[in-house]
Amino acid sequence: MELEVLVENFRNKDSKAFEKLYEMYSDNICGVINSIVKNSDIAQEICQDVFVKAWKNSESYNASKGRFFTWMLNIARNAAIDEVRSKSHKNSKQNLSSDFFVNILEDKNDLNNQVDTIGIKNLLTNLKDKCVQIIQLLYFQGYTQKEAAEELAIPVGTVKTRNRSCISQIRGNLSI
Amino acid sequence: MDIEKYITSGILELYVAGTLSEQENLEVVALAAEHPEIKKEIEEIEASILALSKVASPKRSSVKGFNDVLNRIQDNTKVIPLNEKKSNWSSYLGWAAAIVLAVGFAWMYNQNTTLQSEINVASQNNELLEKQIEDAKTSLDKSQELLTTIRDKDIQVVALGGQAVSPTSYAKAYWNKREQKVFIDAQGLPEPPDGMVYQVWSLKLDPLTPTSMGLLEDFITDDNKVFALANPNASEAFGITLEPAGGSESPNLEQLYTLGAVSS
Repeated sequence: MELEVLVENFRNKDSKAFEKLYEMYSDNICGVINSIVKNSDIAQEICQDVFVKAWKNSESYNASKGRFFTWMLNIARNAAIDEVRSKSHKNSKQNLSSDFFVNILEDKNDLNNQVDTIGIKNLLTNLKDKCVQIIQLLYFQGYTQKEAAEELAIPVGTVKTRNRSCISQIRGNLSI
Repeated sequence: MDIEKYITSGILELYVAGTLSEQENLEVVALAAEHPEIKKEIEEIEASILALSKVASPKRSSVKGFNDVLNRIQDNTKVIPLNEKKSNWSSYLGWAAAIVLAVGFAWMYNQNTTLQSEINVASQNNELLEKQIEDAKTSLDKSQELLTTIRDKDIQVVALGGQAVSPTSYAKAYWNKREQKVFIDAQGLPEPPDGMVYQVWSLKLDPLTPTSMGLLEDFITDDNKVFALANPNASEAFGITLEPAGGSESPNLEQLYTLGAVSS
């Protein structure tokens, strides 16, 4: 089924369509959350919450304002950041801006099967730290262009072009 | 518009990240609908982010799956009435308290009204008793006055015996000649029929000359049946006849109830 049709049915509270979307995106949404909270169990809890919340607010999704994945991404990172800022995380040593998803990717190497490991290695081939940083901020933590520029101490215009070249590199790695 | 330049500007990557302004978002959506190459570019950017985020996903062991979400979104309809019940409990308690209070007020109001009316009845009884005491005192005064009058040394007592019409009747006359007053004690007379009245006569015997002394008015309602009448005559006898209301000029001797001669 076309993504647009699935999303439209989801907006009309069709649980079958919702299940398809869950299968398509849950790993990714849970991954974004995990890259922020850095705890598989907590990430999974929040991830389920995020899907329940998405279902409750399904009619508020509007295709003219962005991709369905982008909408889910926004709900997910807000929930994850709320969790990190909440009491349960205050005493933890984890710092929101200094850790990057690459750590998780590297930790995962020995946990997943051979095929996945090869995939991850290929995906991250030659990816520079500055790419990891900018992708983490823009996609996983929801920084605006201006906020990312301040965080990385680079001009606002550079954020857009650097991000473009980093994504292009991943796209190149994907096709290997 | 230079589509190639638009694609390479990096704006589509930011569109997928969701960091564009609303205006820019609408522009991208419109251009993507118009140019398939822009739509394709967006999908490829999204695919790369999907690949990247997927490898960060939690360990397989902690995955809960869609059924958990399904249960929770279906539970929502069941959870809500449970919460309502919870809040209802306290509202029921509130209502119960209000009802108890209202019933309590109603009971107290009722109680108060009852007591108030009991006080009214009691005070009315009180007034009645006071009046009775006063009446008794008045009645006692009257009796004593009557007794004093009858005991006066100037009083001559005349017994009036029953006559043919009513042999059991009797009366007494207490005559104070000095004060020219006669008290008739008519206790022994029957109640006069409607429209009739007793008339008292002073009689001279030779020749028989009756003079009306007056009527025993309000006979039935008079308590002691003692009537005071003026008597300036040199009476030799007293008689009482039954006459039509208002009295007669001369006595109807067929209705003579009692008669008694004055002892000289």
